[in-house]
Amino acid sequence: MHELAITVIGPDRTGIVADVAEALAGVGANLTDSTMTRLRGHFTMTLICTGPAVDEASAALSSLGDVVTSVRSVAPEFDKSDGGDPYVVSVHGADRLGIVSAVTRVVAAAGGNITDLSTRLTGALYVLIAEVDLPAGVSDELAEQLAVAAAELGVEVTLRRAESEIL
Amino acid sequence: MTAPVAWDGPQGNVLPVVTAPATVLSTVGDEVDPADPAVVQLAADLVATMRVSPGCVGLAATQVGVGAQIFAVDVTGHPKAATTHGTFVLCNAKIIEASRWKAGREGCMSVPDLTGDVKRAGRIVVSAALPGSGEPVEITTDAFEARALQHEIDHCAGKLFLDRVAGAHAIYQRKVYL
Repeated sequence: MHELAITVIGPDRTGIVADVAEALAGVGANLTDSTMTRLRGHFTMTLICTGPAVDEASAALSSLGDVVTSVRSVAPEFDKSDGGDPYVVSVHGADRLGIVSAVTRVVAAAGGNITDLSTRLTGALYVLIAEVDLPAGVSDELAEQLAVAAAELGVEVTLRRAESEIL
Repeated sequence: MTAPVAWDGPQGNVLPVVTAPATVLSTVGDEVDPADPAVVQLAADLVATMRVSPGCVGLAATQVGVGAQIFAVDVTGHPKAATTHGTFVLCNAKIIEASRWKAGREGCMSVPDLTGDVKRAGRIVVSAALPGSGEPVEITTDAFEARALQHEIDHCAGKLFLDRVAGAHAIYQRKVYL
């Protein structure tokens, strides 16, 4: 059983998810985790599947036409829960080079593991929202370091505990 | 101490609304003297600007470029509203009680291209002063009016809904421009 990591990127159109899924189903690929979104109008899909060999999956996806695909074999991994505390980092401000790199470097230096990230540029406004698992006891210091980085970048930053209710 | 809060002031002027990343939106507003004629004029201008803006249920001074703790709200007729107090303007508002926390989608005239899921209290008590008389009031409200008040009080503190969104997948590109 192969585990494959696949990306599909291209112009968005109606039916493209169905086409990707159908092509993969046709070679016996079982989609496990996947995510799809549009980034500045581009269709982007990232997924993990099990079943076929790399060549079979690649051949199946080649029928999709005007998209860029990549298929590679990966070793199975499991979601690690290292007991970190979930936080959310919000950044917004005037767009400029290096916001994501500066902010995420500060988070990494504090031992924070980013588990989800999205960024949006709308007009002159740049927005970054990151979900971060933090080691216990570092949030106050990280908040101060983020404030310093944000001041240098001329953007606003907040770090707050993520809320999750399990019902 | 509860008093009628409905706005009953002069006709205001429609002001241009500033959008992020304008720095005034991230500046903590100064407390205002509610009896100051300039503050009463600003209150009138906020009401006038809110009324001509389709879909606008609240407008804070920072959104018209003034770093001051004053905002207008009117959620009358909104489908998500329960308790409503009509059109009103509050100065130096503070939340003194908050409960029934609930996530909901909100947008902002100053962030016109995005909306976000934000957890807000579904019932609040706010203390403030009315422009003009300076009369202190306590407003108890719920549902959408409570959400609107919290959003505007955040503006007065230099905060946007972007500072409170629930997670990386809780912001959305706005499709319909109101």
